Amino acid sequence: MIQSLAVVKKSERLSDGIYSVWFDTEIARSARPGQFVMVNTHSDAHLLGRPISISDIRKEAGQLRLVFRTVGYGSGELSEAKIGDKFEIMGPLGNGFPLDEVAPETKVLLMGGGIGAPPLLGVANKLKKLGVESVSAVLGYRGEAGGLFLAEDFKKFSNVYIATDDGSSGTHGTVVDAVKENDIQADVIFACGPMPMLSAIKKLAAEKGIKAYISLEERMACGVGACLGCVVKTKKVDAHSHVNNSRICTEGPVFEAEEVEI
Amino acid sequence: MNTQVEICGVKFKNPVMDASGTFGSGIEYSEMVDLNRLGAIVTKGVANVPWEGNPTPRVTETPSGMMNAIGLQNPGIDVFIERDLKFLEGYDTNVIVNVCGRSVEDYVEVVERLGEEKKVSMLEINVSCPNVKHGGIAFGTDPHALEEITRAVKAKAKQPVIMKLSPNVTSISDMAKAAEAAGADAISLINTLTAMKIDIYRRKFALANKTGGLSGPAIRPVAVRMVYEASHTVKIPVIGMGGIASAEDAVEFLMAGASAVAVGMYNFHRSSAMIDCIDGIEEFMKKTGIQDINEIIGCVG
Repeated sequence: MIQSLAVVKKSERLSDGIYSVWFDTEIARSARPGQFVMVNTHSDAHLLGRPISISDIRKEAGQLRLVFRTVGYGSGELSEAKIGDKFEIMGPLGNGFPLDEVAPETKVLLMGGGIGAPPLLGVANKLKKLGVESVSAVLGYRGEAGGLFLAEDFKKFSNVYIATDDGSSGTHGTVVDAVKENDIQADVIFACGPMPMLSAIKKLAAEKGIKAYISLEERMACGVGACLGCVVKTKKVDAHSHVNNSRICTEGPVFEAEEVEI
Repeated sequence: MNTQVEICGVKFKNPVMDASGTFGSGIEYSEMVDLNRLGAIVTKGVANVPWEGNPTPRVTETPSGMMNAIGLQNPGIDVFIERDLKFLEGYDTNVIVNVCGRSVEDYVEVVERLGEEKKVSMLEINVSCPNVKHGGIAFGTDPHALEEITRAVKAKAKQPVIMKLSPNVTSISDMAKAAEAAGADAISLINTLTAMKIDIYRRKFALANKTGGLSGPAIRPVAVRMVYEASHTVKIPVIGMGGIASAEDAVEFLMAGASAVAVGMYNFHRSSAMIDCIDGIEEFMKKTGIQDINEIIGCVG
């Protein structure tokens, strides 16, 4: 875990309000798929780091890719990043997805909703490297207006299924609808997306008896487990907090779906 | 050049520490920050039993600052002593334990448990958290209640006692006087200012607790004024805090009358915030020809 200046290597707009930035940073050398970084703005009026998930990692080159939606000041500033610009970044943070436990014959299902898809790209890439052959990615989008950002990138590593709110591509409905429509079989689910989607995935996984790992979001201040701002209610007493709360930034952001109250 | 200060007989290698709640128990930042360099580590508030804290969202950004309503989530004194304090024993720095409670008895229980802990240099009694309904701020906004809890804690404490004061009062001098009269060894201020933020698009409060404590550089001038008033009212030492982001800010608090300073919210922005302050104070002393940091404490006014 370090905090240092990262240099913008490449910056592009992927679709309406969705941007991709590659950084040169030492953080890449120890980062794992599903972890995140805190990105500082350049403004003295906006002092909290912005938690952004890592969407892809080039370990050897020391490069990290962040794909994000512009929602406010920090992401707005980052979306205007030019090659050579420097941003103070802290990371890698959090646990990441438990990919080392995935055996090559495992049928893996990735489920990403909207801006929840980017962290799963790094997962798909890593699974390919680990020799996992059956990887399906079900990606949910708003529809025509928002574009199918990253879908082409996912095709390099997985079988891609699309779900859209307006039915303009793939299944007309949610990612869960797409799994059912295409009768996708899986041994394990890795998911990231909005809370209603994660709740539906938790239910789906419980029905089918599949283990599901979901990546959660919450307002954060420190990103390192000190402030206790970003907690999620847990089924069992948490080993660190000794109450039914886990820190999303430290014990998470990835949790076993059945362990958290969402 | 001397950067050492002494508060209630406890020597600090420099006057810089963290503000309780912004640095965990030090463990969380220990990969990035050399804890041995700090004047002290002030731990996150600990109660007699584990506390769940408030619902989320608990934090939100505000102009040059943030609001929080964590609600003093903590694992309780048993785990704190076993895990956090044991970890801190490995470091060459003072440990100040921040103590919270819902009743006078809760506070006293924690204070008694810490009595035999050699690693604990001082106790900081949190009577000023604005985010818990019972205890906390109720003791910190009424001078009589403040006196009562200060006396109760002092009767049992083995270490020097710092009372942490709330800025959410009309007269900070009256509160400082009440703490001193009841036997406090030192006071620290300011805790956060009670604040509110509304998300106008969702028509909801930004924090689940509705209100939260405002901290960060936005509150610094308020804090400097209160540290000045308090330190010129009482004879006991004052630890100053509120929006410190740089060595210059730290020096400002020292000149206002603080014997030591704490960095709070800015730790979240930059993990090296306290180290930067410590280095910067030395540079400031060199640049302006100060031999001893104690020369500038309370030098203004």
